Amino acid sequence: MTYLAKPKLHHPSLAKNRVGYTRRDYEGKVSTLCAGCGHDSVSSAIVQACWQLDIEPHRVAKLSGIGCSSKTPDYFLGASHGFNTVHGRMPSVLTGANLANRGLLYLGISGDGDSASIGLGQFAHAMRRGVRMVYIVENNGVYGLTKGQFSATADRGSVAKKGAVNHDAAIDLVSLALQLGATYVARGFSGDKAQLVPLIEGAIRHGGAAFIDVISPCVAFNNHAGSTRSYDYVREHNEAVSRIDFIDLAPEQTVGADEDLVCVPQHDGSTMRLRRVKPDYDATDRIAAMNQVQALHAAGEIATGLLYVDPEARDLHLGLNTVAWPLNTLGEAELCPGGEVLEKINAGLR
Amino acid sequence: MSRIEAVNDFVVKFANVNGSGSASANELFAKAILRMGVPVSPRNIFPSNIQGLPTWYEVRVSEAGWLGRRGGVDMMVAMNPQTWDQDVKEISPGGYLFYDSTKPLPPEAFRKDVEVIAMPVTAICNATYEDSRQRQLFKNIMVLGALSQLMDMDPAVIERLFAEQYRGKEKLLDSNVRALHAGREFARDHLTQGLGLKVRRADKVGNRIFLDGNSAAALGCVYGGATVCAWYPITPSSSVAEAFDKYCSKYRVDPATGQHRYAIVQAEDEIASIGMITGAGWNGARAFTATSGPGVSLMTEFLGLAYFAEIPLTIIDVQRGGPSTGMPTRTQQADLISSAYASHGDTKHVLLLPQDPRECFEHAAAALDLADRLQTPVFVMTDLDIGMNQRLCEPLAWDESRTYDRGKVMTAEELEAGKDFGRYKDVDGDGIPWRTLPGTHPTRGAYFTRGTTRDEYARYSEAGPDYLRNVERLLRKFATAATLVPQPVLKPAAQKTRLGVIYFGSTAPAMDEALEALDAADIHLDGLRLRAFPFPQSVRDFIAAHDQVFVVEQNRDAQMRTLLINELEVAPARLTKVLHFDGTPITARFITQAITRHVHALATTPR
Repeated sequence: MTYLAKPKLHHPSLAKNRVGYTRRDYEGKVSTLCAGCGHDSVSSAIVQACWQLDIEPHRVAKLSGIGCSSKTPDYFLGASHGFNTVHGRMPSVLTGANLANRGLLYLGISGDGDSASIGLGQFAHAMRRGVRMVYIVENNGVYGLTKGQFSATADRGSVAKKGAVNHDAAIDLVSLALQLGATYVARGFSGDKAQLVPLIEGAIRHGGAAFIDVISPCVAFNNHAGSTRSYDYVREHNEAVSRIDFIDLAPEQTVGADEDLVCVPQHDGSTMRLRRVKPDYDATDRIAAMNQVQALHAAGEIATGLLYVDPEARDLHLGLNTVAWPLNTLGEAELCPGGEVLEKINAGLR
Repeated sequence: MSRIEAVNDFVVKFANVNGSGSASANELFAKAILRMGVPVSPRNIFPSNIQGLPTWYEVRVSEAGWLGRRGGVDMMVAMNPQTWDQDVKEISPGGYLFYDSTKPLPPEAFRKDVEVIAMPVTAICNATYEDSRQRQLFKNIMVLGALSQLMDMDPAVIERLFAEQYRGKEKLLDSNVRALHAGREFARDHLTQGLGLKVRRADKVGNRIFLDGNSAAALGCVYGGATVCAWYPITPSSSVAEAFDKYCSKYRVDPATGQHRYAIVQAEDEIASIGMITGAGWNGARAFTATSGPGVSLMTEFLGLAYFAEIPLTIIDVQRGGPSTGMPTRTQQADLISSAYASHGDTKHVLLLPQDPRECFEHAAAALDLADRLQTPVFVMTDLDIGMNQRLCEPLAWDESRTYDRGKVMTAEELEAGKDFGRYKDVDGDGIPWRTLPGTHPTRGAYFTRGTTRDEYARYSEAGPDYLRNVERLLRKFATAATLVPQPVLKPAAQKTRLGVIYFGSTAPAMDEALEALDAADIHLDGLRLRAFPFPQSVRDFIAAHDQVFVVEQNRDAQMRTLLINELEVAPARLTKVLHFDGTPITARFITQAITRHVHALATTPR
């Protein structure tokens, strides 16, 4: 059995958020991933972000594909419905779920094998459709569950634990997402929770397809010298283009003027505050973002932070012009045109 | 050789070139006969190509009401030089060849036992019209005019059809009427030898409607309450989604806001389309896709997931000729096994088998109910013959008191009341567990859906007993399905017999006619038309009650017979194959001849 329940007991003085839940209420089962796995840090960041944003756990639907990363939805938001689909196809299932009920928050959790190899097509089309969701790829450049094969995001020249050298070019999902029209594109590092939590919060409040590529080293198969997805390598080469704070609908409180601070209003009235570490970086300029990612990549650096955001994001439902309430709640009266209409249809067919 | 003389009972075949504008004139011909009260059944026989290749339109005129293909051609309207030899060869002795005589043809191009009707169609059009497009289009209307004159058809009927088609486009209407009459006048003045095939007014169409199966299936999805459609274009199924879009944009728009009570996504491929409806079904929407064999192949992984994770979804499979790309624009019933057992491991899926557009409508709506009730994929197995051809059928009907069967969905109130919820528990003994929809209750009812084994409370488990409990319950559920699906239709022979015949789907109209012909030849068979898989008990009983049962189907490998043997453990020798699989719809003559041969062989074989 790889299933372990967490004990229900918790300290009575744990803080509650505005909807009455403690942070523990956002946790899931005990992780069965390797000790020190970056993915567990991502789960923890998701828990933190949902708690801080007062998301009701049961109003979240969490979906994944296949792989180590795709097991993680079991390890957070235990009160949510989860769906572990098939390899590489989470985006389509999430799209359909979103069409059925637009009222829930959709978290799509995937890995680099799941999204950049077998699922590259579905990743691309979900981005271009603008399905409202938080799409997180836990990216370690390796297939952990099948013990160490390269994924399509592994850098050319990187070395596997058993010594094989990757001779293929890497797919950069961030660059792809930017090109495909995703309206929120970020990259985080599982070892930098302070940066990651606000990135997830921003994604949750975003009105369209939000994509976060999280470099999440695999401690078992890709955390050695020669890997470009190891903790040490990422720490040394991480170049944050921005630090963000996320301010929800509650009144904003700021302390004094700050030249490095840019406030980006979101579609739902909340505000994203970007603290620039690079004075020339504009996170609302898609082309600049693409250039920045490529320039840093050429220099052997990994750009992290909020790389691009379009506050006027379009959602798939807007394009389809669907009704504002969930389609799965419509009944016969709203769906069935009735016998009289059928008689007219019959009459037109004679 | 005496020439064929027939009133309201003949077959005309039009040989044309794809993209020449012949389709609408051909359809007008069929509709005009229908409006004269005489049943017709037309079939498009077309290539997998946009333009330039041969295409045929075969119209069976049958006052007796036979809607299957009869076999044989009484008159060929040969407008395609490319296929001339083949077309001329196909005409029955004593039949007729109508052709465009603008270019002279050598005497050896004709048959002595066929009467030739020559009309210089191109020459007339070139003399009448300047514009090359008009010359091409009105050629077809002039031929229609000439045929209507030769067959004694009422021109007013055709004019009325024109008026309906070109409402508000008076110029087009006038020019079409002129072309029609030009054709009629030529025939009256020059084709004096006449034609032995005549259409007389009758009253045999009644209240019936003329509709293609794909549109009917789409309407079934509208009436059945489908709200999510995800699809990927593939012949011959594309018009299902297109028709769903058309009907929804008319009947599913919120009057106050103009917003849609439906969502249609053209996915990037078949995998994504079934992925989307899997997500929608999991989340409580009625969802469907339409596809054909190659699409089902791509969907199989998801079908396994939906079967094992128990997610409702509906697939309209409009079958075509396989395997692989096979014959994309020809008909077969060859996806039975690949659909019934789609995906790896032990899987079984529900198949519904409509015989005509009316049943396409009914079965599509029923599939949405069954998918929700059984929490499993349900296929509606139509084919190109019903899907893309217009067929005369009973009017569509909807019982206003009908409510959607949403199946066992536990509500927040029920969860709140403390009802024990185990996602994969068989609480009612029918193999169907209860489910909850995402977002239902703050603390109860959430579970993790997965394709891996789990215990009754949806908790991951690799324990053997948990696995067995699951897969054996799925078998119980399949047995329940056999009691819920549309039951077979028995057609008893005129007298007691030990012979039976099993058939299904688009074979039915040809089978009805064959049964009557066999009866007249003193070969009596009880007929059983299957309407679904799994097979209800009555199918087992039917086979048990007969010494020999023919299984008529349109594929090479006798797939339905295999399913019957496999599922009912029938001795194979009891089931005799009658197979037709060249891509054309099966004919009454083929069935009659094949069964007659078998029966004679049985009679002479010592037993």
